[in-house]
Amino acid sequence: MRPFRYHRPADVAEAVAVLAAEPEAAYLAGGTNLVDLMKLGVQRPDLLVDVTRLPLDAVEELPDGGLRIGATVRNSDLAAHPAVRRDYPVLARALLDAASGQLRNLATTGGNLLQRTRCVYFQDTGKACNKREPGTGCAARHGQNRDLAVLDWSDLCVATHPSDLAVALAALDAVVEVHEPDGPRDVPLAALHRSPGEHPERETTLERGTLITAVRLPALPAARHSTYRKVRDRASFAFAVGSVAAVLDLDGDVVRDVRLAYGAVAHRPWRAYRAEEELRGRPFSPELAARAADAELAEARPLRHNGFKLPLTRAITVRTLTELAEGARS
Amino acid sequence: MSTGAVGRAHPRLEGREKVTGTARYAVEYPVDGVTYGWAVPAAVVRGRITRVDAAPALALPGVLAVLHHGNAPRLAPGPDRGLWLLQEPAVHYRGQFVAVVVATSLEAAREAARLVRIDYDAGPHSTVLAADHPGLYRPDQVNPSYPTDTAEGDFDAGYAAAPVRMDATYRTPAYHNSPMEPHATTAQWRDGRLLVHDSNQGAAPVQATLAELFELPREAVRVVAEHVGGGFGSKGYAKAAVVLAALAARQVDRPVRLALTRQQLFGPIGYRTPTIQRVRLAADADGRLTAICHDSITQTSTIREFAEQVAVYTRSMYAAPHRRTTHRLVRLDVPTPFWMRAPGECPGAYALESAMDELATAVGIDPVELRIRNDAAVDPDLGQPFSSRNLVACLREGAERFGWADRDPTPRARRDGRWLVGTGVAGSSYPARARAAAASATARSDGGFLVRIDATDIGTGARTALWQVAADALGVPPERVEIRIGDSDLPPAGVAGGSMGTASWSWAVIGACEALRVKLRQVPGGAPADGEVTAEVSTADEVRDQPERPRYAYGAQFAEVRVDVDTGEVRVNRMLGVFAAGRVVNPTTARSQLIGGMTMGISMALHEEGVLDERYGDWVNHDLATYHITGCADVERIEAHWIDEQDGDLNPAGVKGIGEIGIVGTAAAITSAVCHATGVRVRDLPVRLDKLIALSPLA
Repeated sequence: MRPFRYHRPADVAEAVAVLAAEPEAAYLAGGTNLVDLMKLGVQRPDLLVDVTRLPLDAVEELPDGGLRIGATVRNSDLAAHPAVRRDYPVLARALLDAASGQLRNLATTGGNLLQRTRCVYFQDTGKACNKREPGTGCAARHGQNRDLAVLDWSDLCVATHPSDLAVALAALDAVVEVHEPDGPRDVPLAALHRSPGEHPERETTLERGTLITAVRLPALPAARHSTYRKVRDRASFAFAVGSVAAVLDLDGDVVRDVRLAYGAVAHRPWRAYRAEEELRGRPFSPELAARAADAELAEARPLRHNGFKLPLTRAITVRTLTELAEGARS
Repeated sequence: MSTGAVGRAHPRLEGREKVTGTARYAVEYPVDGVTYGWAVPAAVVRGRITRVDAAPALALPGVLAVLHHGNAPRLAPGPDRGLWLLQEPAVHYRGQFVAVVVATSLEAAREAARLVRIDYDAGPHSTVLAADHPGLYRPDQVNPSYPTDTAEGDFDAGYAAAPVRMDATYRTPAYHNSPMEPHATTAQWRDGRLLVHDSNQGAAPVQATLAELFELPREAVRVVAEHVGGGFGSKGYAKAAVVLAALAARQVDRPVRLALTRQQLFGPIGYRTPTIQRVRLAADADGRLTAICHDSITQTSTIREFAEQVAVYTRSMYAAPHRRTTHRLVRLDVPTPFWMRAPGECPGAYALESAMDELATAVGIDPVELRIRNDAAVDPDLGQPFSSRNLVACLREGAERFGWADRDPTPRARRDGRWLVGTGVAGSSYPARARAAAASATARSDGGFLVRIDATDIGTGARTALWQVAADALGVPPERVEIRIGDSDLPPAGVAGGSMGTASWSWAVIGACEALRVKLRQVPGGAPADGEVTAEVSTADEVRDQPERPRYAYGAQFAEVRVDVDTGEVRVNRMLGVFAAGRVVNPTTARSQLIGGMTMGISMALHEEGVLDERYGDWVNHDLATYHITGCADVERIEAHWIDEQDGDLNPAGVKGIGEIGIVGTAAAITSAVCHATGVRVRDLPVRLDKLIALSPLA
């Protein structure tokens, strides 16, 4: 692997300044994704700026009932936090469904959002990938693409975002606090990740060198009735082949509010606004949930090997919302 | 006089060293002046290297050499062209090692490997196995030396005349051994002698191969494999890592460490060939088989023939008057397939035992009963009686323990909330063989004994089992016995493979211990007053002279699975196996072998699949994040039992071998359970949720 330097910044401003001055530097947090990619030659930073000692590891309950999660809070700690378990079960479940215990002990909140796709072609420098090397082509488009996108892909890239956490955060309308060279800024999670379009190498809307410092969850009492359903090829330590994060708020039988997001279907966590629209204000039924999923997936374009993701996503939408509705009634 | 060591549960002798990290593996031995090798894989499938530009790599600080076909030390051409590495510009498959970088650090070697520029002249390639591939041919024999095809009676007529017929084709993908410890070597040349610490399943065959390739007398090569982190067959003979390390060490005249990466284990070390298997069964109305046919299609490479004996299982498992088996092979531009746990029997049993389940449904007979009705009194293939055959006992005891009796055969009849629940069964068998081995036993003046044999413990517990056997054979408490294995300087013994290890090695160990006891009778007091007394024996004559007859271990596998009606997710509630494998030396490690084999069978049924991209000609899911193997969470309860079996016609220890029987049949039990749960018979493994997604109206 490429020789690299290592730097431990004193504060956030210094970290951001170093990255701004060093065009080939990268932030190192848990390292559970970056270090692997460095060994594979997929990422080749010449400087690692270790942000894990910065004071970004607190979970703070906000006066308005929301929650601020420091960017370096480890996934295990976040999943175990009493406020998360009580107020945002969808988040705790998404975290615990991800990776393994050992990885969750290392992986951070900010790093999780910025992890790279698990597309096998991206991870193999011997194969064509526009995301890894713009202009080389997308081997996945007509290759082995069972695990890849059904929504919003482009001819240049059919990768999916691998995070479970991000799907839950998308459903919760989370806000990402970032520090740019110009200073701090808020980015809605829904606006953090990009569609692949003409530039699959650009995965987020963040400027180079920007550091995620925290994730803020708005108060959402309805989220106490929320859950995450992940489908994968084995019972543990596998990325999703389909997932849904759901918050359901019923007034009697009528859907007062609903938040729905999908994983494993697109280049970003997929907030299902159309499905929510179908559901909102109507009496809940499994048939309604199915129609809502169909509305969301109407524009899906499955690839050669992943057509099953449409019925799968539909099935887990219906099942998850129905279970939440039954739980609310009982 | 037995001291009762054999048959008693005992933890591994080296367990503490392993869990505390002090046990040394191949690239962990401290060596002065050691350097690091990194293998460079070919980036084309088939073609020729036209140019190698090593300059950018050599310019990196710490890089000592870049070896390739243009400059590497010469090797004698051995029987396996796959080991004739860095000798020719030809590329036979993608990932073939075409260069090695040596540097003073691992990181520098890896970075330099990226900088080696290789140009190729690439030609068209064929890498996908198909039943209508124009290159299909009939090999002269199948592994290790079975006839390619067999026929008895008149299958076509028998099949046509039968009232009940079953005809199905089963497909299995490429499976990759991917042991925890990769193929890895530390190689050192000293005064014309080669010393390798190597991760393998048998030091002696590796020693022989190296001697042949480097044109050395065998005594000039020493191979040490004290601890080995798994192999599952893939380390049964010398593979690329040890050859490359030895070449590199010779070139730079310094010790070289070379370990393959996880990605490099998916191909060049071998893999289980994909299979296409057609099975036809015919029976009378009572379910008695009248005709059996098993046709197997598998692949090999262009550089070496490897003909997996897939249909051989069917030759001896169930009786029928009309029988036929065939094997066809095609040479593809792929790495040569190799042994993987129960080669032949494992994929073959998946097809035949699945077909038996389908026949049971067709004829309306319980699948346990169907197997009992078709038990063979004599080996259908050889016409001889078995040394012992306890398939029926395994089926009966398994059915009893599992609670099979109340099973409603109706598919999709059991539910647990949103789960569909089903059960399945399969038979299982594996040959019980032995190879020649030598061993020595030494009595010391302090009352202790030392037993030496070049056996290999690949994590199975072989070291501990032989220690127990030796104690009983010497008639002394085990604490007085020391056992030394895993070194080609020790009396030669065969590979840890084919479930032959304990059978072969214990034979020699018992022989040496008994010979020592005879010697000691001549010694006043029965023990040396000073110095040592040693006896060494070889079982070559006894093994050669053992009359040929059918000797097999048997088993019955039972599985209960649940399938999510909405998503098609499959989980295993419980798996239970009952085995008849002769005498069990150490229940602790035996259980571990059996449930390990069963877990690997679950993995085959539900998870593992080498996914090939035909454009690139290699497997794209070449790591353990994307090539899924079964984890603990996938099987909630797993049990292995064995029946008390005495078979006096095997070997002095009376063992049949347990390394492989556990995987045989498991995949059929699982897929049959899935079929019982859902009504869907998946005939192309693995059974993944996308093949079961249409179960629910929701989806």
